[in-house]
Amino acid sequence: MRATDLSYTSREQVEVYRFSWIVSIGLPLLMVGLQAYVPVRLHYFGVFDFGLLLTIFFAVSRRSQVSGTLTGAAIGMLQDGLTHSPFGLFGIAKTLVGYGASSIGIRIDVENPGSRFLLTFFFYGVHQAVFLAIQRELMGQQIHLNPGHEAGAAVANSLMAVFLFALLNRFKIRD
Amino acid sequence: MNIFSRHKNTVVLATVLLAQFLALAVQVKRQTADGPVRVIRLLAVSAISPFERLFIYSGSNIRGIWANYIDLRNVRHDNLRLKAESEQMRLDRAREQEDARQARRLQALLEFKEQWIDKTVAAQVIGTSGMETSRLLYIDKGSKDGIKADMAVITPNGVVGKILAVYGDTSQVLMINDPTSGVGATLVNSRLQGIAKGTPEGEIQLNYIMSDEPVQAGDMLITSGGDHVFPKGLTIGSVAKVNTGRSLFLEIKVKPIVELNRLEEVLVITEQKLRAPDTTGLGPIRASDILAQHLPGVPQTPAGMDPLHPGQPAAQSGTQPGTQPGTPAQNAPTVGGTAKAAATTAKPATAQAGTNTTNSQATKPQTTKQPTAGTTAGPTAAPKATGSKPATPKPIATKPASPNADGAKPKSAASEGAR
Repeated sequence: MRATDLSYTSREQVEVYRFSWIVSIGLPLLMVGLQAYVPVRLHYFGVFDFGLLLTIFFAVSRRSQVSGTLTGAAIGMLQDGLTHSPFGLFGIAKTLVGYGASSIGIRIDVENPGSRFLLTFFFYGVHQAVFLAIQRELMGQQIHLNPGHEAGAAVANSLMAVFLFALLNRFKIRD
Repeated sequence: MNIFSRHKNTVVLATVLLAQFLALAVQVKRQTADGPVRVIRLLAVSAISPFERLFIYSGSNIRGIWANYIDLRNVRHDNLRLKAESEQMRLDRAREQEDARQARRLQALLEFKEQWIDKTVAAQVIGTSGMETSRLLYIDKGSKDGIKADMAVITPNGVVGKILAVYGDTSQVLMINDPTSGVGATLVNSRLQGIAKGTPEGEIQLNYIMSDEPVQAGDMLITSGGDHVFPKGLTIGSVAKVNTGRSLFLEIKVKPIVELNRLEEVLVITEQKLRAPDTTGLGPIRASDILAQHLPGVPQTPAGMDPLHPGQPAAQSGTQPGTQPGTPAQNAPTVGGTAKAAATTAKPATAQAGTNTTNSQATKPQTTKQPTAGTTAGPTAAPKATGSKPATPKPIATKPASPNADGAKPKSAASEGAR
């Protein structure tokens, strides 16, 4: 029995989607690859975290906490693979985001642009906070965040999410 | 079983997180006073050590009570013996310190070698880590092209970073503005040495320069060669800002000379060699002459004055007016090594490295033409140039000085040695 069925037997309007395996695997690879390549030519493109946006999108669309957790972990580990940081750094942050986004996705309407903007803004903050905490506490690195830059990045990612989610809606398959 | 199925989501989350935490703890090493230690070991030790400490503490207290208050036989005798031993050790220490100083001086004289860039491989930047927290590049050359970990990566302008990981056709480059990177650096004007490290914001900071040192914005920063990755003399950047905080050290922000955000092509130094200076044919030389060949020259002195003895006319010491004694450039036959190396003249090192392949001279930015041997004949001519002189001891540096190509303000060997 699905978590959504348990929680929302009375809310008929909550829709659960799934994705084809090509989209589930190909899209993260494509987007993370894009994120690695484009900053070579467009430096400011590096501010976008497409892995995070995809984690949130899949989590709120599938509305399954298990699925959100695993998707976040997989995408985070993929991103870890491209950095020289140890595996698990982005993985843990995105696992929590995946779990949190799917938990919220089954409680509020995440289909309109306003809520998507706010949702992404919030989870960008959560992601950075978890990331910072792991780096400082577990890895012992003296990292200081630049609040202005982080706020700007959160807004940029949230705006990107609004457009990207609208585009990715085409890949949804109603369950 | 019921509990697991009821809390399936939470259990999955906890399992995935635990797995990743453990994976992270296995990989990560934390710096401790005794060196790097894996976090998982640190966690295990932290969990166990309170109990161990409790046992040890209670045991040592009991032993302490016995040893310090009850069993005090022979203490006075031991005290006298230890005092005598202490005096003897103090004498030994003073003698050993003198030996150590002498050993360092001899080491500097005998083992002083220079790094030369022999071969570079041009590579195309094909990607980044995609994360702002990780300043990495991916290049299109890998182990098949002779790339190995820890090789220096440069551009014709200056330093980019070093090879972190190598795969078949690609390699990972750790840029110098990554927080985990560090480059041995020297300030050109003052010859002060520090470590240029990246910051989490992607800037470069020069560390370990004492706060009372005169460092100014605009001072150029070059590699010191002390890290055994980058050859000496490559440009890192210039000092952008100097802050005197409360710390013992200055906070020096460095503006990299290479635009690290807009790199498309880089050069990987695949071969650099250490070459000892060739002193054959020079006859007996003094230690100070050898040092003078390798260390920056003394400041330019007014015409007619002896740079070695300020205030005296040059004729007294046999040095021509307005000369610099013994800069490497002036003694090309003694350090040249190959004809190509000797023939590459009056160009900054990095510009030559940019010519892509072999035998570019990176560590000697201040090369000038050698009248008889350096520009024409190569190494075989070196003895000829100097060896024809009588074998009587003589100062090496008596040729006219030339300004350093890198714009370095000359500095005396003595003051360099003092640092």
